[in-house]
Amino acid sequence: MKETKYSICGMCAVRCPIAVQVEGGKPVWIEGNSHDGGMGRSLCAKGGAAFAQRLDRQRPLAPLLRMGKRGEGQWREASWEEAFEYITSRLKPILAEHGGRAIMFSDRGGPFADLRQAFVKALGSPNYSNHDCTCGRNVHHASKSVYGLGRKDFAYDYENTRHVVLFGRNITESLKVKEVKSFLKGIKKGAHVTYIDPRASITAGKASRYWQIKPGTDYALLLGIAHCLIENNWFDQDFVARYVTGLPEFKSFLAPYTLEWAAAQTGIPAEDILAFCKEINEDRPKVIFHPGWMLSRYRDSYYASRIIHILNALMGSIEMPGGLFYPKGPKDAGKKGLKSLAALVPAVNEERADGCGTRYPQWDKGAGMLQTAYAAIDSGIPYPVKAYFIHRHNPLIALPDPKEQQRILDKLDLIVAVDVHFSESAWFADVILPENTFLERDDILRTEKGLKPGFGRRQQCVKPLNNTRAGWEIYLELAKRLGKGDLFPFQSIEDIWQYQLQDTGLTLADFDAKGFVKLSDKAIWFDRDQLKFGTESGKIELVNTQWEAMGVASLPAYVAPVEPPEGSFRLLFGRCGYQAHGQHQNNPILAELLDVNVLWINTKAAKQLGIKDGDQVVVSGGDAQGTIAARVTDLIHPQAVFMLHGFGTDVRVKKRSFGKGLADHIFMQGKLKQWDQAGGGLNLAESFVTVAPAVPQEKTR
Amino acid sequence: MSKYIVTQNVADCIGCRACEVHCKDKNNSGPGAFYCRMIEVSATAAPLPKIDFVYLSCFHCEQPWCVDVCPTGAMRRREKDGIVFVEESACVGCKACITACPWTVPQWNPETGKVGKCDLCKDRIDAGLEPACVTKCTTGCLTFTTPAAASEVARQTFAEQLLHNRR
Repeated sequence: MKETKYSICGMCAVRCPIAVQVEGGKPVWIEGNSHDGGMGRSLCAKGGAAFAQRLDRQRPLAPLLRMGKRGEGQWREASWEEAFEYITSRLKPILAEHGGRAIMFSDRGGPFADLRQAFVKALGSPNYSNHDCTCGRNVHHASKSVYGLGRKDFAYDYENTRHVVLFGRNITESLKVKEVKSFLKGIKKGAHVTYIDPRASITAGKASRYWQIKPGTDYALLLGIAHCLIENNWFDQDFVARYVTGLPEFKSFLAPYTLEWAAAQTGIPAEDILAFCKEINEDRPKVIFHPGWMLSRYRDSYYASRIIHILNALMGSIEMPGGLFYPKGPKDAGKKGLKSLAALVPAVNEERADGCGTRYPQWDKGAGMLQTAYAAIDSGIPYPVKAYFIHRHNPLIALPDPKEQQRILDKLDLIVAVDVHFSESAWFADVILPENTFLERDDILRTEKGLKPGFGRRQQCVKPLNNTRAGWEIYLELAKRLGKGDLFPFQSIEDIWQYQLQDTGLTLADFDAKGFVKLSDKAIWFDRDQLKFGTESGKIELVNTQWEAMGVASLPAYVAPVEPPEGSFRLLFGRCGYQAHGQHQNNPILAELLDVNVLWINTKAAKQLGIKDGDQVVVSGGDAQGTIAARVTDLIHPQAVFMLHGFGTDVRVKKRSFGKGLADHIFMQGKLKQWDQAGGGLNLAESFVTVAPAVPQEKTR
Repeated sequence: MSKYIVTQNVADCIGCRACEVHCKDKNNSGPGAFYCRMIEVSATAAPLPKIDFVYLSCFHCEQPWCVDVCPTGAMRRREKDGIVFVEESACVGCKACITACPWTVPQWNPETGKVGKCDLCKDRIDAGLEPACVTKCTTGCLTFTTPAAASEVARQTFAEQLLHNRR
């Protein structure tokens, strides 16, 4: 007898709603949860490889304790009892000598982080961080400075839009199933798509306009666009008059940034930018300037994103069908939200080790900033950090410069990794606590914001195959063993769920039929005459004096990027639709689709170097070097080379991926210490490499 | 040609290879074997690059070379709907079908030493469902249909375009 279980995918950080059919305790079919209309039965390749992930035995299948040196890969299996005892016996002296603040924690954020944040708080530490210094921090902070709202406080109505503008936001490959479906619906209904990227990704193939911009000049193009729109009064003057402050300052700031100037900076002809501006003026207010998703790229990415946020305001596309909208929460539906687990724990009033909110007053305390946490481990300033929990996060490949990271991490007394995989970071840890695959675990309930808000549940669909545990079990047990069990009066996941639902009037049974509960039948739109923003003035601030007081200029002059030295290229990276960050690399099915990456190099540049399509080439940068096949193409700007991220693992037990492909982040030397000073995102697109044929070419006459 | 056909709306295809993965997961085709494949065809045509993907599986021929050439009768054509499939127990792994097929569609499974190929997930069809690749296609660009119905849809779309483009 087949049974259908509704849950939430965990193959990547998008976490789509899924339906899993189980027969005799075995998973036999997985598809999208069609109760969610935007999802249907669709499932991407990553989700389709979920069963293969569960069956894969090249993963940590029982608790492991390190035997040799860190990173050597000598492990011994241990019981959970022994592993917990190992951790607590090392944590107790740290807690006694340095206090809870000596412990740091990082994960990949998301809707289930509340329990992990509660755990960190219970230990008396302020040092919970997520991965966002290599993701959307610049976008988030830019949004805060313009709207006083975070980046996730806006969502995009692609399906009804007339024009989507994407600065490298690769919707078809950095893939969210529901997003790409609504994007394609929008195109079918006639939406224009302008795609701007030094590399023509698959998204460029769906666009009605593609600009192969000079790498690192997005801010210049945006200034040119803003200049043109304002000079011509091509913006929503009513909306701006009502909701926007700082327009005169913005206008005078933009004076030098003419179309001709922008064209000279970016390589995009002035008449093409003008044609775009005319078109967007006709298409507004149903337009979306996407502010970026992963925008830890350039030293001015925060400012590029800031102009994008401003352009959306100029277009009057806020809370507009076909534009941007506020994702509504339970409160907006007149309902109570889920009770917070972190709220069970007394507040921690320590300064954060990474300086968020203190040394870096403009940065949110909630998500932290991992690179400055590294600096704290390294220096002991502002205080010693001695232990690090890494929860299904992989800083050693997500952040740049793995050698430098390892040098710093090696100063820690204890590194604990909780993971489904042998991530490169878990491989460097002292203890690996293996987590159940997402098919095998429950998680805390999540809030699902949107036009129709609700709650969703990830539930265990099948029993674990191996000696692994769910994250919630691991952290509750650790808390108990560290004397904090009283804070979490739960014996089971049902106890946690019931606590979360306490104020909502809902019961667990309400999740059985569809896996989620909607709190409103109708799409909720706010009254456009009563919009609220989170800035001090309550308006959209083009010049934010609060941020300026924190040392962050609102409208800094443009500084052109450093050109690649003669014979060098700017190294760009990205991913494709069947990669789940580092998680794809050793999956039995996904590794078959893609086990090596290639180096995209411009046709003319390749010709000068004597490189032909498919040739093996040596890439060098700093003291790093590696060999990779070249893909010679006009689809990339002559100043840049590109490779997919997530290859070249040094974890030898991952036999399908070990020794295959080339890692991009090894070339980002010194970049652990270089970030966007305003927004905090790391400068991951600011490294240069040289490329040479792997075998000296024979000279031909 | 079986009475069925899988059509692809190339404009909606993003080359995400979900079809390939859903097929492999369902049919366990073995390492290196793909019953369906997305073939990338890209070109830099100014001003817009063309980056398209073409879905290629088995055509389920009306007079299949693979069936004719199979010495053991393992390669079969289902009478009721024309699906061409391998009866694995009868396959001796001679690969004659692979050689005979003009498109080299039959796939070699190195683990079993036998041939496998797309059977349109006939167990699912018999249960009133659609093939895995179509059911779970990320963007819905694949359609499980019949040649007649596919032609109707294509003509309708074309007619709408004609009107849409009329000045």
